[in-house]
Amino acid sequence: MTVHDMKHAASDSARLEAVGGRLSRVDGPAKITGAAKYAFEQQLEGLTHAVLVGATIAAGKVTAIDARAAETAPGVLAVLTPDTIMELRGASDWLGNPPSQPTYAPLVREVTFSGQHVAAVVAETFEQAVAAAALVKVWYDETPAIVDLSDGKAGDGIPIDAMTKEWGDAEAAFAEAPVRICAAYNTPREFQAAMEPHGLIARWEGDELTIWEPSQWLDGMARTYAEWFGLPFENVRLVSPYIGGGFGSKALALAHSAVAAAAARMLDRPVKLVLTRPQNFTSYGGRAATRQTVAIGADRDGKIQSIVHRGVNETAVDGMWVEPLGSVTSIMYATPNFSSKQNVVRVNTVVPGAKRAPGENPSAFGIESAIDELAYELGIDPLEMRLINYAEQDPHAKKAWSTRQLREAFAAGAEAFGWAKRSNAPRSMRDGRQLIGWGVAAGTYPVRRAHGEAVVKLLSDGSVEVESSSIDMGQGTYTILAQTAAETLGVPVERVSVKLGDSHFARAGVTGGSRLAGVMTGAVHKAAGQALDELIGLALSDPRSPFQKLQANTLQVRDGRIASPRGEGPDLSIADFMMAIGRDQIEAKGDTLPASTTPEERYKNYTTIAMSIPHTEGDYSRHSWCAHFVEVRVDEDFGTVRVSRVVSALDSGRLYNPKLAESQWKGGIIMGIGQALLEEGIVDRRHGRIVNGNFADYMLPTNADIPDIQTISVGIPDPHSSALGGKGVGELAIVGIAPAIANAVFHATGKRVRDLPITLEKLI
Amino acid sequence: MRDFSYLRADSVEAARNAAALPGAMLLAGGTTLIDLAKCGVAEPSTVIDISHIEGLDAIDVAADRAVIGALAKMSHVADHTSVKSCFPAVSEALWQAASAQLRNMATIGGNLMQRTRCPYFRDPQNFPACNKRAPGSGCSAIGGATRSHAVLGVSEACIATYPGDLAVALVAFDAEVDLGGRKLKVEDFFLAPGATAEQEHDIRPGEVITAVEIPGSAAARRSTYIKVRDRQSYEFAAASAAVGLELEGDGRTVRDIRVALGGVATKPWRVRAVEEALKGKPLDEAMIREASELAMEGAVDHGANHYRIALAPRVIARAILKLGETA
Repeated sequence: MTVHDMKHAASDSARLEAVGGRLSRVDGPAKITGAAKYAFEQQLEGLTHAVLVGATIAAGKVTAIDARAAETAPGVLAVLTPDTIMELRGASDWLGNPPSQPTYAPLVREVTFSGQHVAAVVAETFEQAVAAAALVKVWYDETPAIVDLSDGKAGDGIPIDAMTKEWGDAEAAFAEAPVRICAAYNTPREFQAAMEPHGLIARWEGDELTIWEPSQWLDGMARTYAEWFGLPFENVRLVSPYIGGGFGSKALALAHSAVAAAAARMLDRPVKLVLTRPQNFTSYGGRAATRQTVAIGADRDGKIQSIVHRGVNETAVDGMWVEPLGSVTSIMYATPNFSSKQNVVRVNTVVPGAKRAPGENPSAFGIESAIDELAYELGIDPLEMRLINYAEQDPHAKKAWSTRQLREAFAAGAEAFGWAKRSNAPRSMRDGRQLIGWGVAAGTYPVRRAHGEAVVKLLSDGSVEVESSSIDMGQGTYTILAQTAAETLGVPVERVSVKLGDSHFARAGVTGGSRLAGVMTGAVHKAAGQALDELIGLALSDPRSPFQKLQANTLQVRDGRIASPRGEGPDLSIADFMMAIGRDQIEAKGDTLPASTTPEERYKNYTTIAMSIPHTEGDYSRHSWCAHFVEVRVDEDFGTVRVSRVVSALDSGRLYNPKLAESQWKGGIIMGIGQALLEEGIVDRRHGRIVNGNFADYMLPTNADIPDIQTISVGIPDPHSSALGGKGVGELAIVGIAPAIANAVFHATGKRVRDLPITLEKLI
Repeated sequence: MRDFSYLRADSVEAARNAAALPGAMLLAGGTTLIDLAKCGVAEPSTVIDISHIEGLDAIDVAADRAVIGALAKMSHVADHTSVKSCFPAVSEALWQAASAQLRNMATIGGNLMQRTRCPYFRDPQNFPACNKRAPGSGCSAIGGATRSHAVLGVSEACIATYPGDLAVALVAFDAEVDLGGRKLKVEDFFLAPGATAEQEHDIRPGEVITAVEIPGSAAARRSTYIKVRDRQSYEFAAASAAVGLELEGDGRTVRDIRVALGGVATKPWRVRAVEEALKGKPLDEAMIREASELAMEGAVDHGANHYRIALAPRVIARAILKLGETA
């Protein structure tokens, strides 16, 4: 639970406060002064510390564990192994499917990936636990591992029929097309690399479990804990006031979470467990490595006749992850013939997971590189190529776009970037020994919709509290919900405090898929509207109300004061009014679900993703769109690529707070620069182990790698996408950056790099 | 718990005495020792904190010689006006090393003792075999992920890259390391692995680095350090070159040239073959490029690091060309 002092943030001007205003992040001062207490920074009495022991093989069996030395080490309270950890029940998955096994073992005997947890040590201090964990001896019976997609043992994998998208006769049309290109595009295993590691504190009080853990989904994770321990959902409280970066990785309760909660139960002491940085690369999945082939057949005038797309992503031996590789391929361009199919291949890795724009991101790398290759094959400007094949409706769903400001994005981005000055030939622009390249690519992300709930309280002093179990991982939930409540109620934003990150608050679903802002502004708007209705209702009808004798039909609230719209009669602050009628608060709980929704459906709505609303429901296909224009400088001797300019024009519909939206877009662009040039989990092929699992060796961009980034909003309110007209923001901007850079590198050097990251050895 | 004793030395002599104890390690800025202790590589029985010894952080630069105290911070040396003017390659190497936070902590003496970033060396839990850590246990890197490994000075025992920047510049300009009783060339202070990968430095129990001395020269005054890497900051070199150049009065004939390589060898790597090929010759791009290739004589790659053989001579050539252009 967190209450923010809004005075810092709201000092600029009144305009900032409204929905659509550039209010600074209200949680900013707490974060930069260190006052913000993150989930596992809680100081609890009797806190113990757990440290995990990871498998040093990628496949095989644990044949024996000798814990004697660890057990007798100073301060050690328990050594947990597959034999000694308490039994947990299986939990249903995030779609709500029942567990495949009746029990769940977070410490394993059967090892399917290097680093998998095989034991844990709990001690009085962190240092004691670290030292004792190194004393745990584990013997293995090792079997051959499939290390990655290119492993000879990996095979073609499992077809995922649900991913198949086809219309027309794509193969035949491709064969007959006068101009054809076909190429393979690969992306490596990448990691979310949040600055705050994964970890938690678990505390039991009788049969009540409290978990302090950074979380993108309190209700979903609380359900998992409840199921593991056979508890009623209400007995689990998850607390996650701030999240130091999630990027998709913090939505699920994971094996290490189960170990900590089980250890706390067994010892009847609170347990803190935080993954080491290397463990953050092996304890949960990053973005799966992918392979795609894209074949495009076109007329000589550049009009696409057919796209044939095949994709493969890696998944785990004992878990399924599908990275939807045809998601952008199937909607970006108009084509009469289309075919996309996808397989997944099991390799010895932790099950891959969501990383910013899962699916759309690698999908765009394929199609947006391929369209550039086609443009060069035809000698057509790559931007013109995209306009020639502009999709006027969703080519797959065959529905109208709700809004698609992509043409406007191309125009605005090209204008700001100066695209017209580009010479199309590769290697035609240089500055001394630096080759200069300009590239363009588009991106898109679907509008994922769901339902949410919020409580809005008007207190006797005229202040407002908003409560929700949704979270703020830096994207600005605290801020935009304050703006929404302030605007709806007609109170100054500094009178609003927003409380998030406690599963005992009003329910919310997952913060993922760029859906939270649209869902929660809708829920807060509704709850605040109900509170306002009640306030005005009381003002008009309560016998103690000074407005009663006005006999008006309605009243309005502005700047925290109640008055008649015409200005006649009394003019009272909300606080004075509440005193006059003797109320200490007005509370409204609002949700966006239909009134007929049953309690079971509500539970399912918030604790699974089974009730998400398809983005093509009804008459429209709903997506955010963007166009990236990138300049790179490539050293002709060294092959080093540096991004020197980015202009991106983006359509996220109406922006609830442009300052925060721009910040998210820029974050996505920066992450995309890292993906294009730096990020790659390097696997030792003999051991199936990531060898660069730390922040010195897993390359992320530094400030010095990031140029000035110009973002331009071209969105218009989209009433089909959300209550207030916004579309998704958080994931959009990373989509298309990597191909824009790869296309710019081709323009600079004449070399087409189809394997990310674009490191210097690929260019020298 | 891994217990160790902590001693604070208040004089060089006290440090020397303590450093002679078995299992003793010196602590200065701590950026290497604490890092290696955390990953289980360094397990000192005694830590001798020398960071409080007075007078060891002096930076004294004259025209003929710079003397840099072992406890001088990397950031201070990098920003020292006379170091910048008399030894630009030294300043540039330091500026491009590590990160601002690390440079503010790390010392010059400690920097010379910096150990390799070989991921196999740094992960004893998962890769027990490492001849540097456990002589005779083998090399886990050979046959593994070798993109960042050395191509020069390698042996069957070890292919770990020397990661530093400063020492590359020091080796180019014949700098010496002062060990109190002994002074030796920095070039000789670093040892290639051969069959004894565990011996990285010619330093004996009880010896403490007190200073680094760099002879002044015209080549040092006209010098540069070029570092090529995947990202622009906070990364080790894919290949780097420290080059100093002195031209004849005609402004184009090479009188003296110094060349050393970083990022591609098991120790800071002086390349005299390139120097000899260019001395007395007029500066010419084609010839510079051809001569730079001589640096890779004897280079051995292990697959993923093959590109470094092509890259390193280009870095040397660029550095020479850059110095030539400023004529």
